[in-house]
Amino acid sequence: MAQSLAKEFTKGLWAEIPPFRLVLGLCPTLAVTKTVENGIGMGVATAFVLVFSNLLVSMLRNLIPSKVRIACYIVIIATFVTIVELLMQAFTYPLYLKLGIFIPLIVVNCILLGRAEAFASKNSPILSLADGLGMGIGYTLALGALGGVREIIGHGTLTFWGGTPVFEMGAWFHPFAFMIQAPGAFVALGLMLCFMNLMGKQ
Amino acid sequence: MREMISMIVVLTVLTAVSGGLLAAVKSGTEVRIENQVLKFQKAPAIKELFPKATNNPLAERFTVKDGKTEWQIFPTKLPDGSKAIAFETHGIGFAGPVGLMVGINLKTDHIVGARVTTHSETPGVGARAKDDPTFVSQFAGMSLDKKFAIKSDGGDIDGISGATFTSKGVCVAARQAKEIYRKLKPEILKQIK
Repeated sequence: MAQSLAKEFTKGLWAEIPPFRLVLGLCPTLAVTKTVENGIGMGVATAFVLVFSNLLVSMLRNLIPSKVRIACYIVIIATFVTIVELLMQAFTYPLYLKLGIFIPLIVVNCILLGRAEAFASKNSPILSLADGLGMGIGYTLALGALGGVREIIGHGTLTFWGGTPVFEMGAWFHPFAFMIQAPGAFVALGLMLCFMNLMGKQ
Repeated sequence: MREMISMIVVLTVLTAVSGGLLAAVKSGTEVRIENQVLKFQKAPAIKELFPKATNNPLAERFTVKDGKTEWQIFPTKLPDGSKAIAFETHGIGFAGPVGLMVGINLKTDHIVGARVTTHSETPGVGARAKDDPTFVSQFAGMSLDKKFAIKSDGGDIDGISGATFTSKGVCVAARQAKEIYRKLKPEILKQIK
């Protein structure tokens, strides 16, 4: 039991890390990762929803009739997304302003429905919680890494919280603004996928 | 038949519980969200409208009642001694309500300026109404007798190309501001010092 718990948790961190290995949930991955802060904020919001929706879907898996399961999953996911949206407005308003429309769009993020359908509806609540937590942390790390790459090349800075950069390239560095625009997201994601595939090759 | 009933019961219970949960979270965070909106949306908008205000409009805000709705009024003193107020109205844009903070000079009844506050418009399209103030700055200096509608509707405002719905929403908010101002001006003058 403990072994499979650890396995379900760690698979989301590397072996099945959502945007790079499963290539799911790409809309927010491409759209909000202009900075590390945005990427991590989006990742944490998604992880929160994922943990609770996985837990609830798994707890209710024997009660939900299979014909209306998607509708039930969407109700559960949408509830937690709205809770996240309200909490972000109450506690991290500037971040909420930056992420804007992409917070409500978590509802249609493939990872949430994908994990509910593929994992939580077939496994026990504890395993589903581990899966949700692992996938959520993996998603956060992936978005943070992508945001970091784009921010360093596009802005020449690295800002985690607040507005004071923890790292700055020297004056010699000319920011490559292409990377923080939409096409740069595709290039950065492509390079990350390429890197991940090289790393995974035996 | 049994399956049908179980589907209906499960969905009903699930949505009812979700609704209850959301209502609880909403009422629990309401005050905090209002404060955050005041700090991060209304305060910067007012500051842009009255950069040279000699008082603190946020601290001196008061509410005026119009029937059942309460309007939050931010009074300002301009450096030349004249008084102005700012308040927020809403119009419906492309993706939801668009808030517009309108500043009006109490003496001349002219609009001092307008700024978009809360909105959920498309980034890069409708959101330009907020990000690029050239559109809302058309209102600055206008008399309330002007027609606050985009030119294709026969008004005096140039819409944002590609964002007609947002432009119309902003104009609706501006028209509402005009209406409220005319209706509540005596009440506002009574409360202002």
